[in-house]
Order: sequence, then structure tokens, then C-alpha cells
Amino acid sequence: MSEFNKFFVEGLACLGAGIGMIAGMGPGIGQGYAAGQGCAAVGRNPGARGSVMTTMLLGQAVAETTGLYSLVVAIILIFANPYTK
Amino acid sequence: METELDLGINGYARFELFGKTFFLTNTHIAIIIVVAVITVLAVLANRVIRKADPSKAPGKVLNVIELVVDAIDGITKSNMGEKHFRGFCNYIGTLMIFLVISNTIGIFGLRPPTADYGITFGLAIITFFLIHINGFRYQKMKHVTDLFDPWPLTPINVIGELATPVSMSLRLFGNILSGTIIMALIYGLLPKFMLLFWPGVLHIYFDLFSGAIQAFVFSMLTMVFIAKNFDD
Repeated sequence: MSEFNKFFVEGLACLGAGIGMIAGMGPGIGQGYAAGQGCAAVGRNPGARGSVMTTMLLGQAVAETTGLYSLVVAIILIFANPYTK
Repeated sequence: METELDLGINGYARFELFGKTFFLTNTHIAIIIVVAVITVLAVLANRVIRKADPSKAPGKVLNVIELVVDAIDGITKSNMGEKHFRGFCNYIGTLMIFLVISNTIGIFGLRPPTADYGITFGLAIITFFLIHINGFRYQKMKHVTDLFDPWPLTPINVIGELATPVSMSLRLFGNILSGTIIMALIYGLLPKFMLLFWPGVLHIYFDLFSGAIQAFVFSMLTMVFIAKNFDD
């Protein structure tokens, strides 16, 4: 019974890690929107290419944080699962 | 798991100190290599700068050194202003060079030291103290009273200040760790004949591009958070 529980918990933890990575959708949409707006800004004002690029990369990196939180949660669930100890 | 997956931090030598067990891990080895590389580069740069003749045009190596220093000074100046940047460009330059070398060291087959949460959290703690020491220096007591600004939001303001180092360190750690894991999955799970040339493209993206972007973003956020406290 205890062995069954261990495998059951491990399998559900892997499922949970996979479902948690759906959070990768949000940063993808946000980063794509930021890149599109950056393209529009460079098209309107090609002289400001450098500063537009810097601001866009900074904003994208900040928008990526929530996706990385879900990545950290998924990695903890798979490799350092607190429930199978 | 019978495959040769190598994702984690491996301890190579263990020793006891003050009743606790410590390991010499591959993070320590990689960070020693990074520090050695930076030291050798710095000594070489120092020798070249000392022998330079101001009346002649700079040579090849000196030109590259001037380019790097100029770029770091320019980024610091554009983010922190003309008045304050002199005091910070040394720290920002050190941070940037350290992060660029340690993020891109994965291309030589080592595990990047920044894929260890201890390193990134330490760097973020340095940023946290820099933010608040400079806040007290330039805003005096207003730095504390800002926390109570709309008084019902005090706990949220305090949590927001404490979340800054956590989010900065997790951002760097997660980006580098995800690259390391994807490369380890590809090398560990695919059959050997499928690994001939194309993982090089992934190395260029995950090690060089992503590492350089994250080094830039970490130092940029450090500068922005410190510069937020300047009074002018």
C-alpha cells in the first residue's frame, strides 16, 4: 500500500509539473506583444532603435518572471518533491 | 532513471567543518575557474594599460579594453545620471563581467555557477543592501516614511520591498537553469548519432544569447532600482 502511494504521488507530481507549465503561455503572449510594439516603435522612429531595444528587453525580462516561477515550481515537484520524502 | 542525465549539483569531495558536512560541488569548481579567468584578464589589461603611450594611437588590446569600459560607463551614465554614476560604474562593471563570463561558461561544458540558487541569491542580497543604503543616504528618513505612504497599504509595501531580491535572483536562476536542463535532456536522452552538429545552435541560443541577455538585465535592474532613490 505504501509503495503504491509513493508511485501514485510521484506520478501526480509529474502531472502537476506539466499542468503548472501552462503558465508559460502568459509570458509568451506578453513578450510577443512587447516585441510587436517594439517593432512598431522602430518603424515609426528608426533613430531610437537602441533605446527601444533596451527598454523592450528589460520589459520582456520582467514579464518573464511569472513563467520562471512556474518553472521553479515544476522543477521542485519533479526533482525535490517534498511529498515523497 | 537509468539514463546518464546530469541535471543537478554534484559533490566531488566532502569534508567536515564545525560539525557540519560540506561538499566541494561543481558550482565551486566552475566559480573558481571563472574567478581565475577574470583575474588573468584583469592582470593582462593592467599590464597593457601601464605600458600604453598616451601620445600614440591605442593598440589592438587596448582598443578592446577601452571599448568595454566605454560601454559600461555609457550604460551606467544613461541609467543613473551624470551626477551619481562615477560611484557605481565600478560595481556595475564587475557585476556585468562576472555574470557574462559565468553565464556563458556552459559552452565549455561546465555547469554555469549562476544555475545554483546560492550564487544568484547572494548577488541579489548585495543589490538589496545597495538599494536601501543609498535610499537612506539620499532620502534620509523619507525612505522609511514612504513605506507608510497610504497607511492601509503598509504590509503590501513591505512585502514589495522584500520581494525585489527574491524575484531578481529567481529570474537569473530560472533562465540559466532552464538552459542547463534543456541541454542536459538533449545530451542525455537522445541517441548518440542524433547529436552530431545541431546542438551547437542550441548552445548559441541558451548559453551565449540568453546568458548575455540575463547578465545585462540583472545589472540593468540593479541600476534602475538604485537610481530610483536619487533625489533629483
